[in-house]
Amino acid sequence: MFAACADPKSIEGLTWGFCYLTSGKHVDFYWSFVVVLALLAITAPAALGMGFMGATAARSHIAPISWLGKIYIWMVRGIPDIIFFLFFVIALDQGLEYLKSLAVCDGGAWPWQGLEFRVCQEAKVPLGASSSGWHQAYGFGLAVVTFAIVFGAFVANVIYGAMQAVPHAQLETAEAYGMSRAQVFRRILVPQMWVYALPGLGNLWMILIKATPLLFLLGVKDIVYYARELGGSKTQAYEYPHGDWRLWYFLGLLVFYLVFTSLSERVFARLSRRLSKGQATSGGEAMRKAAA
Amino acid sequence: MSMTCWETVQAYAFRSIGIGENLLPKSDFTLCQQFTLIGSGMIWNLYFGVLALTFGFFLANAVALAKNARNPLVRKPAEWFVFVFRGSPLFIQFFLAYEALILLPKFPGIEATLVAVFPVEVIISIDIGSGWQTRAWAGALLVLFLNTSAYAAEIFHGALKSIPKGDLEAAEAYGLTGWKRFIRIEWPTMLRLGWPGYTNEAIFLFHATTLVYFSGFPAFSQKGDALYYANYFADKTFNPFVPYPIVGFYFICLTLLVTTIYGAVNKRLNRHLPSNQRQKIRLRPNLIR
Repeated sequence: MFAACADPKSIEGLTWGFCYLTSGKHVDFYWSFVVVLALLAITAPAALGMGFMGATAARSHIAPISWLGKIYIWMVRGIPDIIFFLFFVIALDQGLEYLKSLAVCDGGAWPWQGLEFRVCQEAKVPLGASSSGWHQAYGFGLAVVTFAIVFGAFVANVIYGAMQAVPHAQLETAEAYGMSRAQVFRRILVPQMWVYALPGLGNLWMILIKATPLLFLLGVKDIVYYARELGGSKTQAYEYPHGDWRLWYFLGLLVFYLVFTSLSERVFARLSRRLSKGQATSGGEAMRKAAA
Repeated sequence: MSMTCWETVQAYAFRSIGIGENLLPKSDFTLCQQFTLIGSGMIWNLYFGVLALTFGFFLANAVALAKNARNPLVRKPAEWFVFVFRGSPLFIQFFLAYEALILLPKFPGIEATLVAVFPVEVIISIDIGSGWQTRAWAGALLVLFLNTSAYAAEIFHGALKSIPKGDLEAAEAYGLTGWKRFIRIEWPTMLRLGWPGYTNEAIFLFHATTLVYFSGFPAFSQKGDALYYANYFADKTFNPFVPYPIVGFYFICLTLLVTTIYGAVNKRLNRHLPSNQRQKIRLRPNLIR
């Protein structure tokens, strides 16, 4: 990458360290942090959307929709989430391949034969001949959808609780003023529920951050993958030979997560203070008294 | 080749701890085989969960008290312990612990100490380069033990802080101070207030045991946990719709069992209160750690 690093075997000391940390593989490693942040940036709003829809469905007055919402919320209790992660990734993959096989394969045989799954070669997603970049992107996409489904259920649970926590008298007052159900929902319920939902959502954000290493299990080349790759001992055949340094790489990841979670904690504390302003909660009351 | 279901159960029920048939089925997977082998793997989930919770309860109490201490020399280490284990993914903790435990015997002096303390195991393991401490039964248990201690300590610390002021004043008025006040008023009240949260922690610790064999600690001669076998079947049959729901079924049963046992303890902790003031256990999803 740099001219000074052309022959790694001949340099040592600080220069060696600098060249080692800027090698091509290390740049890939730094990019994988961006992948993790991208996953968070895409998943968080998606899960929020899924959760909002789930909670609204659970409150619906139409029985089948309300059941659907409730089943979605209750799905995640009692079963370890990692099972959902492993399950959804394969299930989504097979579902896509089955749909594609209906279009491109002739015969269209039912793919789940006995206990096995078979579709014709043309129906594979992505195609066997596709570049590894496509495989990576597909894996990442599946991971995002899986995270959104699973975390959407957690968010739905929090938002459902928050909607119940909005004082009922306020909703009745709004109805007495002649607002329609949709207006009450939009003008009274949704703006007020956030202050009740925030502690739960903050908690979920922490959990989401801490769930990102699961990307590794889903086959995406994430920070855990690179930490293992780069840290493993390298013989003289490599440009930068070194012993087993995985411990130090994982220590680095640990520090990354600790900094990330503690920063998030601070942001949420500040957000919570801002949202409490003027609310009928003990936090809001304390702020009112302090100002008076 | 084809076995009846009862024969399958006899052959594989204790496969995960090395008793019975060693060779895994390679083809013609039956539902019975999947149920039996995944159930056999549950032995390990139970092992990790029960032991980590049992030891963790004591450490959690100690850390919660230390976190409440006025002396910063006691308080600060406890705060850092809780911060590190709650602020980072369990997954990374497993990887880190595995690497650290592999390197441990290579530090000068430590090997000699280990040989002195555990003569047999270390002598056997030095040749293959990885000691007993890098095996899941010890290494992963250690991580789970420390992890659950940190989470539970935070719960108990919160409970300690929310003991009603009046209770403590009343205790003083009765002449209870120091250790006596602690053991008769503060500690039982802390447990009572923290118990619903602790029940959830216990449930999710059991869920966390499924991460062990996906995070560095290798499953020796395929003696893995429930998810390890479920993954084996899903890989072999390309069908996730059978093995994962089976694991889910087993975990729902386990969750019900934990709720029953912890609910009984909760009842006892609350037995002196009128029924409308009792702490109720509510299942909250708390998930990945």
